[in-house]
Amino acid sequence: MADISLVDVSKRFGTMDAVRDLSLSVADGEFVVLLGPTGAGKTTTLRLIAGLERPDHGSVVIRGRDVTRQMPAERDVAFVFQQYSLYPHLTVYDNLAFPLRSPARRMNEAFIRRRVQNVAELLHIGQKLANRATALSGGEMQRVAIGRALVREPAVYLMDEPLSSLDAKLRAELRLELKRIQRELGTTILYVTHDQIEAMTMADRIGVLSDGVLIQLGTPREIYERPKSAYVASRLGTPPINLMPAELLASQSPPAQARTVGLRTEHIRILSADRPGPRARVHWVEHLGDQNHVHLKLDAHPLVTLADPAQELKAGDEVSLEFLEPLYFDQSGDRIVTDRART
Amino acid sequence: MAEIKLESVAKTFGAFSAVKGISFTVDHGSFFVILGPSGCGKTTTLRMIAGLELPTSGRILLDGEDVTALPASARDIAFVFQLFALYPHMNVRQNIGFPLRCQNFSRAQIRKSVQEAAKLLRIDHLLDRRVGGLSGGDRQRVALGRAIVRRPKAFLMDEPLGALDSEFRRLMCGELRELHDRIDATSIYITHDQLEAMAMADRIAIMNQGRVEQIGTPQEIYDRPRTMFVADFIGAPPMSFLDVHTALRQGDRAVTIDGASVEMPELFEDRPEGKFALGVRPENVSFADGSPLRGQVIGAEYLGTTQIVTVRSANGQVKARLPSGKAVRVGETVGLRLRPDKLSLFDTTSGEALSSALDAGARHG
Repeated sequence: MADISLVDVSKRFGTMDAVRDLSLSVADGEFVVLLGPTGAGKTTTLRLIAGLERPDHGSVVIRGRDVTRQMPAERDVAFVFQQYSLYPHLTVYDNLAFPLRSPARRMNEAFIRRRVQNVAELLHIGQKLANRATALSGGEMQRVAIGRALVREPAVYLMDEPLSSLDAKLRAELRLELKRIQRELGTTILYVTHDQIEAMTMADRIGVLSDGVLIQLGTPREIYERPKSAYVASRLGTPPINLMPAELLASQSPPAQARTVGLRTEHIRILSADRPGPRARVHWVEHLGDQNHVHLKLDAHPLVTLADPAQELKAGDEVSLEFLEPLYFDQSGDRIVTDRART
Repeated sequence: MAEIKLESVAKTFGAFSAVKGISFTVDHGSFFVILGPSGCGKTTTLRMIAGLELPTSGRILLDGEDVTALPASARDIAFVFQLFALYPHMNVRQNIGFPLRCQNFSRAQIRKSVQEAAKLLRIDHLLDRRVGGLSGGDRQRVALGRAIVRRPKAFLMDEPLGALDSEFRRLMCGELRELHDRIDATSIYITHDQLEAMAMADRIAIMNQGRVEQIGTPQEIYDRPRTMFVADFIGAPPMSFLDVHTALRQGDRAVTIDGASVEMPELFEDRPEGKFALGVRPENVSFADGSPLRGQVIGAEYLGTTQIVTVRSANGQVKARLPSGKAVRVGETVGLRLRPDKLSLFDTTSGEALSSALDAGARHG
C-alpha cells in the first residue's frame, strides 16, 4: 500500500503556479527524493502533504486515508526542517522526549525513556543525552532534530533539505547515516533537496521537478541513464552533461529529429591527435582533487569531461574525440529513444 | 593589487583563543582561499585583515605597510559579506555608486566608475533597473559591483556563495574567478566548501582550531596532505586510513598490513615500532582478485559516471571510486589494490605525514 499519494494536486499563490497537477505515490518503506532548483515547487509539495498548505484542487492521501481537509496534527506525519529548531534550555533527552510528552499522547515515562534511548543509540548520540542542546555541534543538533521526528514513529517523514546547513563533511556522514536508519527501520521518507549527490545516494526513486511540474520519476540510474528530457539530463552528473548542436556530430549519423546531443564523460573518449575523429583542443585542466575536469573546445563549443587520471593532458594539447552512444534530444528537448536506451 | 602578509597573528576572546599565531603571505594578484570547518578561526582571521578586529598579537602588512592598528576605513580593502544586502529603494546605478557618493566623489567621476564596474560584471544594460526585479545572480553581481567600484587594493570575501543552491554556486565560482583575473585583484576568500576552494584558489590555507595546518596549491593539498586532518577534510569522500602497527626504516618501500605487503613511496625517515595510518584516496583503490589485502563490501553509492564502494577490512574501512558499470555485490569479499606511488603514511599520534618519495616528487616535479 502506498504511504503517500498525491492525486492531481495544484497550488497557486497569487498569479504563481507553485505546484501543477502533481500526482505521486510513495510506497511503504520507500525513500523518495524530490530534486529541483529553488522555486521548482519542492517545499510547497511537502507543505501540502504536511497540511501546512491546502491544495486548490486534488487530494492528499496518507496510508489510504484522505487527509486533504485535515489539520496538520491529525495527519501522522513528522516534518524535519532545514534549520534545526531545538529547545535551547532543555537537555538532549528532554528535546527528544518532548513530542511524546504532548498531552494528546500521554505516554508513561518508562515508555518514553525506552523510546528516547533507542533513537539516541540509532543516531549515535546516546552519550549526549544529558547535554544541553546548545552545547552540541551542528551535526549533533541536526541529529537531535531528526531524532525528535523519529521518536514519534509517524506514518511518514517529510524532510526539507535537512542537511543543507551543515558543512560538506558532516553532510556526507549524515547522508549515509540517514539512509542506514531508513533501511533499518523501514521508514517512508519524502525528502526534498537541490543537491544531486543527496538525491543519487539516498533515493530509491528521484522525482525531478521544474516549475511546479513533476517531469520524471524513477530510480537514480533510470534518471541518469534514460532522462526524459535535456532538462532532466542536466539535473544529474558532475561535470554536468554537455548539450551541443546535433550537427556537430554529423559524422555519428544522429537520428533525423535530433537537434541537441547530450555528452557525458562516459560518452566521450579522448584519443591522441593522430587517431581519426573530430579534433578538439584542451583549453584548461581544472584540478578539483578527486575529479579533474578537462575543458575542451570542439570548434567553438566548450566541452567539459572528467580527466582519466592515467591520461596526461595539458592546456594547448590537440586531441581526437570518439563519441560512444550519446543521448539525443529533439526540438522540444525530449530525448529520442534509440535502440540502446529504450525506456 | 596588493601583497597581504600576516606575521604570527593571534586573537583571543576572553579565555578562548580563536586564532593561534598564524603567518602567511598572499602574493600580488593571487586568489587565496582559507578553508576550514566552522569554528576554525577563518572568519576571525579575515576580520582582522579587514580591520574589523584588532589582533591580540602579531602584525598585518599591506604592501609592506604595517596596518595592524589602522581602522577598516583606512585600509583600502573591500569586504564582501555572506549575505549580499542591496538598498531596495535605489536602482542598480545608485547601489553600485553608493560607496563613492559616501566619499564625496564628483558626479562625473561616479558615473564613469559605475559604468566601468558594471561593464566588468556585464550588467551595464541593467543600470537603470530597480534591484527588486532582478534575478538572484544579477543581484549578486550588483553587490560585487559595489565592492569593486572603489577599485580597492584587495577583496575579502566571507562565504559569499554560502546561501545559494549548488548549481548556481558552481556558476558563480567561475564568474568570481574570472572577475578576479579581469581586474587583476588580490583576493582572500573564505569557505568551508572544499569544491569552491579547489575550483577557484591559486593557493589554499587549511585552518583547524585556530592554526594553519597546510598551505599549498589545490593539487598539492589533495595529493600530499601534511596531516590526517587535511587528508580527511579534503576530498569527497575523504582519504581512507588503514591501521599499521610496525617499526619503520628509512628506505622502506612497503609496509605489512594484515600479513599482506603493500607497496608505497620510499620512506625518508626511521621510526620505532608504533601506530601509523596508511592513507589512500578512493580513486587510487581498485579491486584485484589475487590481492592478499582483503575486505568485505558493505555498501555502494551510485553517482552516475562512478560509484563509491565501501569495503570493510580488518584494518579499517576503505572507499573505492570505481566505474559505475562495475558490478559490485554487498557482502562479497574482494581483494584490494592500492596505487603505490600515491599513498601517504601518517603518525597517528601527531597526525603528521612521514617524509617520503611522495614529497620528493613534489620538489622535483
